[in-house]
This record gives sequence, structure tokens and C-alpha cells, in this order.
Amino acid sequence: MIGKRSAKVIKGLYALWYREFRVFTREKSRVISSVALPLFWYFIFGNGVGSMNKGNALDYQHFIFPGFLAMTIIFTGLFAGAYIVWDKKIDFLKEVLITPLSRTTVFFGKAMGSMTDALIQSYFLLFIGYLFLGIKFSIPSALFSMAILFIFANGLISLGLIIGSFMESPEGYGLISSFVIYPLFLLSGAVYPLDNLPGWMQILTRIDPATYAVDALRFVILGSSSMPILLDLAVLILFDILMAFVGTWAFKRLRL
Amino acid sequence: MVLCPDSLCYNASMDIIRIENLTKKYGGLTAVDGISFSVKEGEIFGLLGPNGAGKTTTLMMLSTLLKPTSGTAGVDGYDVVKQQGLVRNSIGMVFQDPSSDTLLSGYENLKLHALMYNLPLREIDSRIDKVLELVDLQKRKHDVVKKYSGGMRRRLEIARGLLHAPKVFFLDEPTLGLDPQTRDHIWEYIQNLAKQTRMTIIVTTHYMEEAEKLCDRIAIIDHGKIAALDSPMNLKRALGGDKVILKGRIEIEALRKFPFVKKAEVIDGAVHLSVEQAGKNLQELLCSAGDVENVEVHSPDLNDVFLNLTGRAMREEGEASSYIQDITRAT
Repeated sequence: MIGKRSAKVIKGLYALWYREFRVFTREKSRVISSVALPLFWYFIFGNGVGSMNKGNALDYQHFIFPGFLAMTIIFTGLFAGAYIVWDKKIDFLKEVLITPLSRTTVFFGKAMGSMTDALIQSYFLLFIGYLFLGIKFSIPSALFSMAILFIFANGLISLGLIIGSFMESPEGYGLISSFVIYPLFLLSGAVYPLDNLPGWMQILTRIDPATYAVDALRFVILGSSSMPILLDLAVLILFDILMAFVGTWAFKRLRL
Repeated sequence: MVLCPDSLCYNASMDIIRIENLTKKYGGLTAVDGISFSVKEGEIFGLLGPNGAGKTTTLMMLSTLLKPTSGTAGVDGYDVVKQQGLVRNSIGMVFQDPSSDTLLSGYENLKLHALMYNLPLREIDSRIDKVLELVDLQKRKHDVVKKYSGGMRRRLEIARGLLHAPKVFFLDEPTLGLDPQTRDHIWEYIQNLAKQTRMTIIVTTHYMEEAEKLCDRIAIIDHGKIAALDSPMNLKRALGGDKVILKGRIEIEALRKFPFVKKAEVIDGAVHLSVEQAGKNLQELLCSAGDVENVEVHSPDLNDVFLNLTGRAMREEGEASSYIQDITRAT
């Protein structure tokens, strides 16, 4: 009996994942822009801001690399999650909500789909960093970085799904970048060190979950960090658990 | 003691849908206002009414996507509020607006549906072929839905709704916005379906010809209430006679004196009469009608039934607003 029930859930999860992934690969522009955008930022920031550092631009570029790995997760993960508001608009969501699948299954299926998108991109960027940007990875540090990105993506995608499930129409989609994505990215310490900030900004950065992901990645990739790695991981995992709970609740109350 | 009008009383064991006092309010607006009816297993049941009458809202409540404000509804013996999962297992639905994913192929859309309904893996492909055959789409199976025409997409969604062999099949305006030829095809599919399976079909429409041709029974809905419920034949019979429309300077009082004139009223400057055996009595009628410029005689259709019940014509209203809907959707 338990076997039958889990077969039902697994098939449902697979179907939802498959759909997200298929849509992602069919929309070539989304794939290209999501890899190109962080690279674009990386070079502008890395060379622009890095040039203040008197011929030591390379140090700064390496310093911000972990931040740009996190950036792919923030941008594509959150957007992919919030994409569910588009499903509402095209009525595909109705087709999903009318099936016998539980709302919890729908939530996790969607999350897994968006997760695949976000991780493919950030892992791809990690690879580019190793091959072309002179970032030194060992096999353990690469695997550990991937694990951190995985944990971080979980929470961010759930957050995106939650925001999307509350939105009534895709018109508000643009507001997400102004009020969620940019604050998350800019306050994460991705492009500046966390140590010498004024008090109020110190507090804001500590509220931002992305800060802990950037810090953990910096520890793994560059061997230096502002906070203990265990604290970083604990915060990220707690954030994931909290978002999963809020997310399943949000999906249960989801109406059309 | 059973409290319900005669036309609504059936043997309870045969009722696959039972609705009692179902109501849905949106703030101050009452979209569905305390409706009650039952549908027998194997019936094709039509909900007929203008746009905004509450048809779609009723279907949404029956399919668990909307929570009723009050009242109860049971589908296949399960409560639509308390046993949502079981209800959803028993039903299939074709939504008014397209709900397939245009970036996926027809086959992929169906496959996803099959997985979400937990169909046995080794049956999925053969079932997909079967439903695609039913709606005549085998050749376009692997095309992306983006490349389908509106009618093909609707047919795909009908096939999808049938894939898990539901006991009750809901179709919400299945032919809205389609050209007449495609519309005929779709009705043909639905009719074949009803013949081949013993599925109960609930269909909403504002096209009266369709409701008349297809449905065993029809509930006419207006302003969230059921104005009448019966077979199309009985609904028309209740009007008592043929329809005669006279234009010109008509002496309506003189006409009212004839025993075969059941009803006479002025609508949009023309005199509308209900006449028994119009073929036989027309000559006598015209002799006393005054200065007649134009005569129309036809046997009553459901539009006349609606007009008689509500004092408004449904046809113009329905098409005008669906026209507006189409425009707004296109932009």
C-alpha cells in the first residue's frame, strides 16, 4: 500500500519536474541570458571596481567569483520559482491543481524543476571559472561548492514559488527584481567585504540569507570567510526548512 | 420527507452529481445563488445561460477548484469540499481557456497528465494513442502545441481530459471562439464519446443549437439561479406553440382575442406571438392583424425559451460579450 502511494507521488514529481525542465530547455533565450548575465556583471564589476586596486584587479575578480555563483541562484532560482504566476495566466496551473496530486507534491515537483535550471547554470559557471578565470578548484572544494549551491537554491526557489503563488498576475513580476532580487544580491556581500561595514548595513547583510551562501562559498573556494562555515551552513539549512514549510502552506491556500 | 421539486427527484442511487443550495459569493456579488439539481449517471447535462450567469463558477465548485460559500455538492458520491482528492480522481475537465503547455508537444502534454493521474506506466502510450485517435490528432502527436490551431488545441485538451477515463467529464464552453465547422466536429466527438462510454458529461454553453442537439437535459441559468430544468423538448413544449413575429402596424388587441394565440407581446417594435398550430391558423390571424409588413414563423427554439423565462434574448448578449472577450484576449 505504501509502495503504491509513493509510486503515485514519484510519478507526479517526475511529471512536474519534466515539464519545468522541458520548458527551460525549449526557451533558448532564457538559458543563454541566465548564463550570460552573471558573466557580463562579473567582467564589468571585476574590471571596473577591480581597477581601483592598482594593478591587482585579479584579486578582486577572484574575491567576487563566489558572489556571482550565488547570483545565478538568486536570479534564475527566484525567477524560475515566481514563474508559477505565468502558469496561472496561461491556465496550466489549473490543469495541475485539478489532478489528484496533493499540494505538497505540486510544491516539491515545481521546486525540483526550477532547482535543475538554477543548478545547471551555476555549475556551468563554476566550470567556466575553473577553465577560463583562473579560479583554483580541487575536487573536494568543487563538490563542496556544488553542495552549498544546492542548499542555497532550495530556499531561494521556495521563496520564488511562495512569492509567485501570492501574485495575482504576471504584471507584478518585474517588481520582484527591484524589491527582492537586487536587495538579496547587493546586500549579500557578493561584491564587497563584510568586515568594515557601517552598523546598519552590517545588520541588513546579516538578515540576507544570500550573505551566508556567499560567505560559505568564499570559505570553500578562497579559504577565507567572515563567519564560521558551520554557522553559514546552519543558517542556510534553517532557511530551507522554513521556506519549505511556508511554501507548502502557501500552496495549500493557493486559489485561482 | 423529501423536499425537492418533481423534476429534480431521481432515484438517489443513480445520481452521480447531487447539488443542494450551492452558493458562491464574491464580496457583495452572488455568482451562484442557491442552486440545486441532480444529474443521473450516463446523462449529457447542459448548463445553458449567458456569460456571467454562473455556469463556470458552478463547474469550478464541482471540480474542487473553488470552495462554495454555502451549500453542498457531491460528485460520484464524494463531497467536493471534504473529499477533494477522491472527487478529483473521478473527474475530467476541459477548461474554457486553453490550459495545455504550448512549449510541449501534444504527446508530452498527455504524458504529463497520465503521470499526474498515476496511470500504470505500461498502459500510458497505448491510452494516449487511443484518445488521440478519438479526436483525430495522431498525425500531429509530436508537434509542439504552439503549432496547433485553436480547434486542434481544444481537441487535444478533450483527449487529455479523457485519458484517465473519468466517470464525470466537465466541458466548460468547449466550442467558444471556434469556427462553426470545428464546432460541429467537437460536438461529434463528444456525442461519439457519450455513445461509446457510459460517461456522464456536464457541458456549459451559450450556444443554444448545441445544447439542443446534444443534451439529454438542460438547466437554464440566469443571474446565478436555475430558471428552468428539463429536456430540450419539454422546455420548448412548455412554451405552447409556434412563434409568429409580425412587423408593421399591428392591432395587437384584436389578435389577443383568438383562442389559438397563447401569448402576445411587443419586443423591439415587433409583435411576438405564441400560436398553436401556426400553419393552420396563420391565414385567419393575418386577416385581423392590421397592416402587416413582414411575417416570420418558426417553431420555438431554446432562445425563445430563454426569452420567455427572462424577458431577454440570450443570443445577442452571449455573442456580443464573447466577441468582446475574444478581442481582449487577442490583445
